[in-house]
Amino acid sequence: MKRTTGEPLKKQAALGERIHTRLGLSDDDLLQMYRTMVTARAFDERAFILFTQGKIPFTVTGHGHEGAQVAAAKCLTPGRDWVLPYYRDVGVVLALGMTVRELMLGEFGKAADPSSGGRQMPKHWGCRRLKIVTQSSPVATQLPHACGLAWAMKVRNEEGIVWVSFGDGVASKGDFHEALNFAGIHKLPVVFFCENNYYAISVPFSKQSPVPRVADRAAAYGMPGISVDGNDVFEVYKATREAVQRALAGEGPTLVEARTYRFGPHTSNDDDRRYRSRDEVAQWKEKDPIPRFAAYLKEIGLLDDQEEAAIKAEAEKEVREAAAWAESQPDPDPATVAAHVYAERGPAHGR
Amino acid sequence: MAVKNVLEAVRDTLFEAMGRDQRVMVLGEDVGRHGGVFNATQGLYEAFGEDRVVDTPLAESSIVGIAIGAAFGGLLPVAEIQFADFIHPAVDQIINEAAKIRYRSNGDFGCPIVIRVPYGGGVHGGLYHSQSVEALFFSTPGLKIVAPTTPADVKGLLLAAIYDPDPVIFLEHKASYRAIKGEYPEGEFVLPIGPADVKRAGTDLTVVSYGMTMHYALQAAEELSREEGIEAEVIDLRTLLPLDRRTIVDSVKKTGKLLVVHEDNLTGGVGAEVAATVADEAFMYLDAPIRRLAALDVPSTPYHPALERAMLPSKAQVKEAILELARY
Ligand SMILES: Cc1ncc(C[n+]2csc(CCOP(=O)(O)OP(=O)(O)O)c2C)c(N)n1
Repeated sequence: MKRTTGEPLKKQAALGERIHTRLGLSDDDLLQMYRTMVTARAFDERAFILFTQGKIPFTVTGHGHEGAQVAAAKCLTPGRDWVLPYYRDVGVVLALGMTVRELMLGEFGKAADPSSGGRQMPKHWGCRRLKIVTQSSPVATQLPHACGLAWAMKVRNEEGIVWVSFGDGVASKGDFHEALNFAGIHKLPVVFFCENNYYAISVPFSKQSPVPRVADRAAAYGMPGISVDGNDVFEVYKATREAVQRALAGEGPTLVEARTYRFGPHTSNDDDRRYRSRDEVAQWKEKDPIPRFAAYLKEIGLLDDQEEAAIKAEAEKEVREAAAWAESQPDPDPATVAAHVYAERGPAHGR
Repeated sequence: MAVKNVLEAVRDTLFEAMGRDQRVMVLGEDVGRHGGVFNATQGLYEAFGEDRVVDTPLAESSIVGIAIGAAFGGLLPVAEIQFADFIHPAVDQIINEAAKIRYRSNGDFGCPIVIRVPYGGGVHGGLYHSQSVEALFFSTPGLKIVAPTTPADVKGLLLAAIYDPDPVIFLEHKASYRAIKGEYPEGEFVLPIGPADVKRAGTDLTVVSYGMTMHYALQAAEELSREEGIEAEVIDLRTLLPLDRRTIVDSVKKTGKLLVVHEDNLTGGVGAEVAATVADEAFMYLDAPIRRLAALDVPSTPYHPALERAMLPSKAQVKEAILELARY
């Protein structure tokens, strides 16, 4: 878009050159995305409180990643696309349609936890109804799964794509390289989405990668690699949407890198003061995707201070109530410990 | 009924399964135009095309990982690991992923894949083309491990494995490929995964085995029946995991003696579990100590025939062990 020199941004917006309309996002889309980001943040804050209260033994949060997550998820079609998220992706699974209550059941490991019935640590989501694939803890293993799913969709002529996310540390694992290689060879409809927060626990990105961008790796696998400001909702949305369109058009995979930062420790067991300065964290907090997105919404008149506070209060209320509700739900029955080791029915067809 | 060898049985069963069901696919190194380094997938590429017969890059972890994903997507993948000795990069995908998918998702997801694994020594393969790897996976609930070594068992269990809703490691003993021939049942012939097979009924002692050593035991048992009038009962486990404890225990209760033979190392092998099971459940029926005969606990099979022979259990040793135990 051409911009007349000196013309203030606001005026441009008034002239109908708003970035979101250019990207095809409606006002409702924006508000819904904003709400999801705020809810994801509130959810993780509540989860951490539950941990400090001793009500749950562990949690892991996605603080700081919400903009990238919600923007990427906005490009996906729930029920059509297969999604393989990783443990920070609260924003993704919320955007796809898992409910706050469902997620809270997972934090407590309750019997009704839809992901695992209390078998896995929190944030290891899985939900067949939304085509969210069950995840494990070893990192990177889900990337070849994404390729296999994409292969199946391709040979069965099914519409849709596979979206798989992971951290920057994962780009060091063999499964990352094996998966990108295979997807590149066969032009599979996969979007590889890296949430680069510059740390793998304590190991900084400079000790993880000899190249400055995760996206640089894509060149070796014959696919585009695009690196964007992960705290800019629109940049992430644009890059991911293009990647999805490429995949749908049969043009193959894309590696999208969203550069972001995790505001909290790696998990509830970690103390990040041991390896990064408070200054550094503070600097990144200035780029917090949530106030940044709110500022845009205010600029275009979709949000004011009062509504901002109301959305936050609403989200906090929802997660607080969901936590209280989930806490009161039945624990898993010890008698079920040996269930689902093997299929209970005899030889079946498929699953 | 046609007589085929084990290799032909593998190939023809894959052919039949793929012909019958669009969802069945094979993937692995050289499985396409080449037809596999053992020719186990010969003709599949020509018959079913590159969408269903996939030459993968040389990357075992992703061979299994892609199979898992394809299964999520509704296909029935049969992955080939070219040699058991090269399965180790895929152990994470097998043990942490395939085996745990149903359990960790509380039954929401399953993992209907087959991993075909040519294994075993006695083929001048040296340290890295001879290994038995079953003990690596044997303590992994969620997996199934089968190890058939007759053409009929191969067909019945391979078809069962393809349609099994859970991940199955399908061990194929390389020495059996051409050496073992037998009847190959035509048409739909499925054997249940789980039950062991009493390959020879007997009253004097029980021999539990699988793989090539099972054939040694059968031959030795026939010879000792003729030469010494000893009647050994030979149980072919066929399925290693889940282990058919009932058939083993029932047999030992009848014979009072147990010899376990396998080509894998002694320590931590399947035989240890068989022995422990009998000690637990049939101790009062035992007339002799349980005996185990297995490969020496050295890192792998050495290359030179003299060394290889010194490492692997032989038919002569099996025969001697049966005789000794019978006379105890
Ligand atoms: C294969 C494997 N090795 C080690 C771990 C322990 N671990 C969990 S998360 C993590 C760091 C992952 O960093 P990154 O991929 O950058 O994602 P982030 O947590 O920063 O979002 C490590 C080392 C693991 N889960 N899996």
